[in-house]
Amino acid sequence: MKKLMLATALLALTAGASMAQTVRMGTEGAYPPYNFINDKGEVDGFERELGDKLCEMAGLTCEWVTNDWDSIIPNLQSGNYDTIIAGMSITDERDKVIDFTQNYIPPASSSYMALSADANIGEGAVISAQVGTIQAGYIAESGATLLEFATPDETVAAVKNGEADAVFADKDYLAPIAAESGGQLVLMAQEVQLGGGVGMGLRESDTELKEKMNAAISSLKADGSLNAMIKKWFGDAAAVF
Amino acid sequence: MFSACADPKSIEGLQWLLCYLTTGKHVDFYWSFATVLSLLAITAPVAMGFGFAGAMAARSQILPLRWLGKGYTGMVRGVPDIVFFLFFVIALDQGIEWLNHQVQCPDWTAPIRQGLEFRVCPEAKVPLGSSPQWLHKLYGFGLAILTFALVFGAFAANVLYGAMQAVPRAQLETAEAYGMSQSQVFRRILVPQMWVYALPGLSNLWMILIKATPLLFLLGVQDIVYWARELGGAKTSAYEYPHGDWRLYYFLFLLVFYLSFTRVSEIILGRLTAKLSRGQATAAGEAMRKAGI
Repeated sequence: MKKLMLATALLALTAGASMAQTVRMGTEGAYPPYNFINDKGEVDGFERELGDKLCEMAGLTCEWVTNDWDSIIPNLQSGNYDTIIAGMSITDERDKVIDFTQNYIPPASSSYMALSADANIGEGAVISAQVGTIQAGYIAESGATLLEFATPDETVAAVKNGEADAVFADKDYLAPIAAESGGQLVLMAQEVQLGGGVGMGLRESDTELKEKMNAAISSLKADGSLNAMIKKWFGDAAAVF
Repeated sequence: MFSACADPKSIEGLQWLLCYLTTGKHVDFYWSFATVLSLLAITAPVAMGFGFAGAMAARSQILPLRWLGKGYTGMVRGVPDIVFFLFFVIALDQGIEWLNHQVQCPDWTAPIRQGLEFRVCPEAKVPLGSSPQWLHKLYGFGLAILTFALVFGAFAANVLYGAMQAVPRAQLETAEAYGMSQSQVFRRILVPQMWVYALPGLSNLWMILIKATPLLFLLGVQDIVYWARELGGAKTSAYEYPHGDWRLYYFLFLLVFYLSFTRVSEIILGRLTAKLSRGQATAAGEAMRKAGI
């Protein structure tokens, strides 16, 4: 092992400058249908298909990497990967620390999901949301008690086992779960518009990569193939450009 | 994996379960057990090496070396493991890249720290951005091993230091009276006799090391806890094998795994203690002599 590591270190040291540009795409892998790890153990979902397409158009070689949601921005900054493509909404707070491409999903609704359609979601209710999301920020200011979890899956599990009154997340994430729960979980009528759509996150110093990705997204928007992709993964009712 | 599993939606019962348990994702889960076991297999001897060096340094006649030994154990033992893990791995990774940057890109003018960003030239990344993912994983695993070995080495150093002090002075004096040099006394008398005093402390450390392996998850290594959480979470039909929240079963399995692993360790360590006590000038050794074992 030691020898192997030494050899690896040497390899890394000597491989040198003559390399094709490889872009490491960072995602969470736990937020279907945006991104998830499929049963083969590979990253899959809307963002996988979109990311591969963007890389192909921009002439880049891309490698997929998964990272926990709560450290996804710091690890981008320290250079573990080059992009965040993980259903991340464009917000002012995030824009201060990283850069975003133009959005590739239009501003979409967030909704509540609970055990019954008349559950309390206002004052005094306990609402679960994923840590560090715009939804968690919204709940914290709404007057309800915020219950944060590291993964989206745990936020839903908290509602099922009665720990939280409702879960608040992107509607596109919750809708399939509610539809397949056999009536146990229901989406509530109230919807909230948050954020400026979903974009790809990049380091602020990576302006060249940002331009390439922006150009690729623009051409996907122009020929309608982005809308087709959104409909394929999020259903015909999804918001399109 | 099997041809019968080509269409998971149409199969059910035992066959569904069999197909489910042999998906690529589950194979990754099974491999992660190998990750944990190899971490233990590599970390234990390396930590022991750190511990031995630390204990020898702490006993050294040379003052700076003694400071080094005592400083190492004192610092690492005084910092919570998790803090050390989070800090040390980032610092080490950035330190390596910074050094590499100085060598590879001497004419790089942009600052390395830009606000919150840590940006070295692309050639100085370790591993390179263009390296395959397994190389990145191996590098992360290597950092994890080093961190584990440093932390547990500090505890082992303290245990071994205590064990060396516990060897009866009379034993060493007798050796000196026979005309052995300091290093001969150390090699022939002190080290062989100290193990029996060190073993209870070291076996504790081994148990704690086994139980600390889920910290790998914290270091971004996809270990058994990561996969158990990932596989156990509720799955919609976006996945080929949709199911409810099965985390309980997966974590129960991990519980059984860890319990049986520590149980087997206990049995082996018990036998080792008996073996090492034989013929020693300790109460246990004396009892064995009287019983005629």
